[in-house]
Amino acid sequence: MSIEWYVVLSALLFAIGATGILIRRSPMVILLCLELMLNAGNLALIAFSRMVGNEEGQVFALVVMVVAACEVVIGLGLIVAIFRRRLPLNVDDLRELRG
Amino acid sequence: MSVSSWAWLVLLFPLLGSLTIGLGFRVLPARAAGIIGTGAIALAFACGIGALLSLLGEDPEARHHASSLWDYASVAGLDIKLGIFVDPLSVFMVLVVTGVSTLIHLYSYGYMQSDAGYRRFFAYLNFFVFSMLLLVLAGNFVLLIVGWAFVGYASYALISFWYRRQTATRAGMKAFVINVVGDIGLTLAAFLIFKELGTFEYGEVFHKAPEVFQTNEWTITAICLLLLVGAFAKSAQLPLHTWLPDAMEGPTPVSSLIHAATMVTAGVYLIARTHTLFELAPTAADIAAFTGLATLLIAGTIALVMTDLKRAIAYSTMSQIGYMIVGVSIGAYGAGMFHLMTHAFFKALLFMAAGSIIAAMANEQNIDKMSGFGKAMRFTSIAMVCGGLALAAFPLTSGFFSKDEILAYAEARGGMYLIFTVLGYVGAFLTAIYTFRLIFRILPGRPCPEAQELIDTGHVHHPHGAPVNPATGEEEDTEVGFPGAEHHIAEQSWPMKAAMGVLAFLALVGGLVQVPGFDDVVDAFLEPVFHDSALAHIHPTLEADWIGLTIGGAISVLGIATAYFFYVAQPATPAILQQRLRPLHTLFVNKWYFDEAIEFLVVRPALAIGRFANRVFERVVVDGLVTGTQDTVRGGGSVVRAVQNGFVRSYALVLIVGFAGLALYFLLSAS
Amino acid sequence: MEAVLFFLAAIGALGGAVGVVAMRNPFYSVLGLLVHLFSLAVLFLLLTSAFIAAAQVVVYAGAVMVLYIFVVAYVGGGGESAWEPIPGQRFFAPLLGIAIFVELSIAVLGSALLALDTDGPEVGAGFGNPASIGEILLEKFLLPFEVSSILLLLAAVGAIVLANRKAPEEAQ
Repeated sequence: MSIEWYVVLSALLFAIGATGILIRRSPMVILLCLELMLNAGNLALIAFSRMVGNEEGQVFALVVMVVAACEVVIGLGLIVAIFRRRLPLNVDDLRELRG
Repeated sequence: MSVSSWAWLVLLFPLLGSLTIGLGFRVLPARAAGIIGTGAIALAFACGIGALLSLLGEDPEARHHASSLWDYASVAGLDIKLGIFVDPLSVFMVLVVTGVSTLIHLYSYGYMQSDAGYRRFFAYLNFFVFSMLLLVLAGNFVLLIVGWAFVGYASYALISFWYRRQTATRAGMKAFVINVVGDIGLTLAAFLIFKELGTFEYGEVFHKAPEVFQTNEWTITAICLLLLVGAFAKSAQLPLHTWLPDAMEGPTPVSSLIHAATMVTAGVYLIARTHTLFELAPTAADIAAFTGLATLLIAGTIALVMTDLKRAIAYSTMSQIGYMIVGVSIGAYGAGMFHLMTHAFFKALLFMAAGSIIAAMANEQNIDKMSGFGKAMRFTSIAMVCGGLALAAFPLTSGFFSKDEILAYAEARGGMYLIFTVLGYVGAFLTAIYTFRLIFRILPGRPCPEAQELIDTGHVHHPHGAPVNPATGEEEDTEVGFPGAEHHIAEQSWPMKAAMGVLAFLALVGGLVQVPGFDDVVDAFLEPVFHDSALAHIHPTLEADWIGLTIGGAISVLGIATAYFFYVAQPATPAILQQRLRPLHTLFVNKWYFDEAIEFLVVRPALAIGRFANRVFERVVVDGLVTGTQDTVRGGGSVVRAVQNGFVRSYALVLIVGFAGLALYFLLSAS
Repeated sequence: MEAVLFFLAAIGALGGAVGVVAMRNPFYSVLGLLVHLFSLAVLFLLLTSAFIAAAQVVVYAGAVMVLYIFVVAYVGGGGESAWEPIPGQRFFAPLLGIAIFVELSIAVLGSALLALDTDGPEVGAGFGNPASIGEILLEKFLLPFEVSSILLLLAAVGAIVLANRKAPEEAQ
């Protein structure tokens, strides 16, 4: 399959991830949608790396994975902390920062 | 030293005196304030003499100097200097002002000794003299206005000197407001002069005016009429005269200095100074003359029935200034200034004597309650009689020569101006009557209780209990001071005696400097100032002069005799006359209803406008604008605030909308 | 053959993604993501990136997903209510998703990238090997490598801080 199939697939996955963030209310699921978007980006990177014939895109994707891992650690830590304080795990209920 | 240097020194000393006393009043002992104050003015007088001598040493044609300290405002088209103009007219005024002021300061040194506001008084009084000298010496219209305004302020400060008295503060406000009306006229005149002639300096203005204006052109007439508004407000002529009688609320030295000898003559000085402009606008000059004449007569009639001693003398001042205004408006400049000088002498003296008597009466000013002071206070009575004789123009006194000179000039000018002569003599008759009405009421006869107490014990009568304002019954404030028995009488105070003595002497012999046919001191001295005037060269013949003097003398003696008849020989006559001429009497007692007219025409509409402004304009328009703006801002703010709703997902939505929009933009612009 | 594999993997990826977004129970979302990640690994293999595919399976599907499963198990999580407090959100979200997809596609397909409709250039046998990746990583991109290791350290410290047992209500 030519490269453009992969890239279009990546765009579709990205869009699905974005929609998920806008729709879901549980912080867990929002984090999962974030993962979706990150992975879509990774797919695009690998596809372009293949298109150019260079492995640098793959290294880029590796670093993206590292970053995603760190972010997941912190995000999940936050969720656990919120759960421990017996606050509702609902993004809509956590709205103290408002005008 | 040059003339200008002497003149600057004249200005410096009173200013220094005022500042020293004003700033150091807490540390200065009371007597020191009096000495510094009097000394400062005496020094100014000495410098005035210096200026006079320097001036006399010069060629008559060269006797005008303009000297400036620095440029006050020098911008495009405008050049105002802080400068003075020294010529015989200003030196004459300087001498009169500083001379009489020195004597009055000396009088106050004794009179106000036990007053609680002694130091404040001298600071204000020195400041007043400084302002008056500034007015007289000013070299351009701007500095004239500055001096004019300062004098108005000093008058206000001194009238409401005992500032806890309701009557005093109200009188001060009234004087100030009416003076401001005059200030407006003067300022507008100055603006018009600048617009037409392009300059404020006296020398240039008087030089250019005859070239720029045609006679009786409406601009020059307007300028002169506006100048007259200022002059009439300051000199208490109709219709801006209502402040002067009320100004008698101030201490007697104030009445004597400001409201007799100096400030009220500022209008006369103004007309004399700007005579070039007035001669180009004869209509305005005639209006001034007729107003002066009307004031002369009306004030005279009111003084006939006035029962308050100081107010009666105030109306007399108004009347005499009417004479002066008539004089300088019809062209008798020398005569008008001469009368200014002699009037300063005898009116200041009369007020001093009145102050002495009122102090003896524990601040009772109603002459119906006074009698017999001739026996109780010898010195004061003699002084009062000297002043009265001069005021009534008794033959050979100073008032005799000065007043009749004006009337003789009017006759010499002829035509319509004869009316001034005739009515002027009527006014002189009234003057003699009302002056000696006062003297014959107060001095002879059985002593009233206060006078009796003075004769018996040698002490001034002190009322019992808390001091009260006799006119209104309001309780006095002893912290700030009040007129009353704390003030001294002449018999017990040598400074007062010295001042009054000098003035009595001058009142009697001061006229001898200008006896027709013998000497001509004042006219000759002022000649260089007025030599460009067409009117000043009209001289009455010697015979006309002496005929006029004889008529004047006769009228004066007749007036005194009439007063003697009414008040000593047949004391019942006034009551009978009052009955017969009741409507006339009511008119006079109510001061020709001027106060009521002004209240109706000016005060009520002004208050109505104020109420309208407050209720409608302020509440609805201004508040509405402000509140409206406030509400708009708040409303806008709350609309914008709605975006910050605290929902993370809506923030994400906005973010993605932005991203999508940006991408769209780039796609479209790339295609 | 390649096309068949591609479509299978693509369907897996899409299905997993839709599952993440649509499932009510967060645990099922996690499972959907797992499927998605495996499918992506297959796609990477199709693009001759062997190492990355392996890393994807080991690191992402292995470590990160296990972390997610642990937390879901701890936290639990029920469904969410159907009522939407933000007006218009439910309406705009899918629209925006479609908009983003369309725009990105147009951007990529309409771009002047010449090689897009090819399979890519001929690459050697060692393309995507650990050896070549390691070479580039430790020679050309040494700095990003070190920085990302520091980032990992920071994340670890952060996790410890967040996991600090002294929560206020437990301090008594």
